[in-house]
Amino acid sequence: MNIVVLLKQTPDTESVIRIADDGKSIVTTDLKWIINPYDEFAVEAALRLKEKHGGTVTIVSWGPQRVVESIRTALAMGADKGVLIDDSALDESDSLGIAKVLAAAVKQLNPDIVLCGHRAVDYDHNQRGPMVAELLGWPHLPLALSMECDGQTVKIERPVEGGKMILSSPLPVVVTMGGSHAVWNPRYASLPGIMKAKKKPLEVKKLADLGLSPDECGGSAAKIRLVELQRPPERKAGKIINGNLDTEGKARELVRLLHEEAGVI
Amino acid sequence: MAESVCIVAEYRDGNFRKVSFEIASEGRRIADALGLKLYGIAVGSGVTAVAPKLGHYGADKVFVIDNPALEHYNAETYAPVIADVIKDAQPAVVLLPASMNGKDLAARLAARLEAGLAQDSTEIAISDGKIKAKRPLFGGKCLGWYEWADGALVMISCRPNVMSCLTPDEGKQAEIVSVNATIPAVKSQVLGAEMDTSGKVELTEADIIVSGGRGMKAAENFAILEELAKVLGAAVGASRAAVDAGWRPHSDQVGQTGKVVTPNLYIAVGISGAIQHLAGMGSSKYIVAVNKDPDAPIFSKADYGIVEDLFKFIPAFTEEVKKYKSTC
Repeated sequence: MNIVVLLKQTPDTESVIRIADDGKSIVTTDLKWIINPYDEFAVEAALRLKEKHGGTVTIVSWGPQRVVESIRTALAMGADKGVLIDDSALDESDSLGIAKVLAAAVKQLNPDIVLCGHRAVDYDHNQRGPMVAELLGWPHLPLALSMECDGQTVKIERPVEGGKMILSSPLPVVVTMGGSHAVWNPRYASLPGIMKAKKKPLEVKKLADLGLSPDECGGSAAKIRLVELQRPPERKAGKIINGNLDTEGKARELVRLLHEEAGVI
Repeated sequence: MAESVCIVAEYRDGNFRKVSFEIASEGRRIADALGLKLYGIAVGSGVTAVAPKLGHYGADKVFVIDNPALEHYNAETYAPVIADVIKDAQPAVVLLPASMNGKDLAARLAARLEAGLAQDSTEIAISDGKIKAKRPLFGGKCLGWYEWADGALVMISCRPNVMSCLTPDEGKQAEIVSVNATIPAVKSQVLGAEMDTSGKVELTEADIIVSGGRGMKAAENFAILEELAKVLGAAVGASRAAVDAGWRPHSDQVGQTGKVVTPNLYIAVGISGAIQHLAGMGSSKYIVAVNKDPDAPIFSKADYGIVEDLFKFIPAFTEEVKKYKSTC
């Protein structure tokens, strides 16, 4: 199988996010960068597909040179090759612009299946998978908690509010991963894997290599833009219910406060 | 010139989901501010029967696409038929629910319509006739305001339970327009559904959430939180530690790699308060923390803190809530 994983590099989830002086971007110095956790599930799912059906796993990402490190991590996990689209014309792109770039890269690779996280834990635009599917004219199976593939069709389970659904689609298809670390349990990069990854092919492409111009997918084409970042309102520590109360006394006091002071019960 | 604001209602099991009325109410507010009409789009098998309800929340006109082939949500059918209605209606703004299906549909529609989309927005503001939308980023560590390029179609999916709902007025009637859409053939299909019939409240829609963390120690111990949640009418959430331990499904996870929630009351039980978790629940109106470690970071964010063994405190608290509920 020819498998493509769309991978985004995001700040580590333990990062403290600071707003830059321009008021609309974040301070990126000192940030630790990781593979977006949901995309890491996609890498794992892709490697499992390859183990069952053979073929190749290609990692496709976009962004500056530092993203190479995340692609190498995926290669060390077992992916075969990487493509990084690094073009400053994409700096101010919106989600649709990025989706056009990714769809063009996917077309060049002509895969049987495209996998990626259902969302990224940074800007959380929540659009990449369905947009790429729409641009390719493919079906999209969202929020996969499990995935089975017989080489012809893919079957997934996905949550909906109040339950779970089972969906299937013939290939080619875009599948976006939901679930958790506990569900996908992505493998670590082994030391031999890390050594091998250094020799695996990693191509860096510009928009022109994909047959695209900045007018269609760059900042000037963006329909929507981030204009301001705010910190959420600071929370201050409230009261510790203590006094000389026993367990029942504290419970009674909490009920009273929630009713009389907060008015939430 | 655009003449309308459109809302895409979400229909399931014989009724609209509540968020549909929230976006209709928000849509009415925006339409009034911009001097436009409000159009509803109602899609599904059997949706005709409830379509007039959108009028009670302010829709002037409702386009109804009622077809047995639309029984289950599928982007391959929903996106093209809804896109066609939107193209005809030429709205300035389209609102959708930021539900699991709504976000998928919104993204697919935005690609089809070449629109700018702000997903999971928690506030929409209008100044000088221009729309701005606010959404949580980095799992709630930041809030971002978004604006649209001149002439771009504004698409916004709205987080459930955040935007206020109008009181329905049955005297308000919408013009109902039945749309005879051609449903395209699909490749993907629904093979089955397993619905939970216990009436469990979805986290992003809950007024009260009781969440458990590493301190719960085992999956079966969540029974005491379920019991408390039942008495409070709450949803049960979990920290990443509890989900990674396999005690709860990922759909219960609150935090940067889970859900960002905004209930009136969040009760964090046996949760120490890692930065990723605080991001996900930090915009709750009131936070209660129960933890036996007085130095747990969660106490620095909680309105009310109880330093106690949760296995003693939660049953006692549940009893007190029961007593309180029986007196009112």
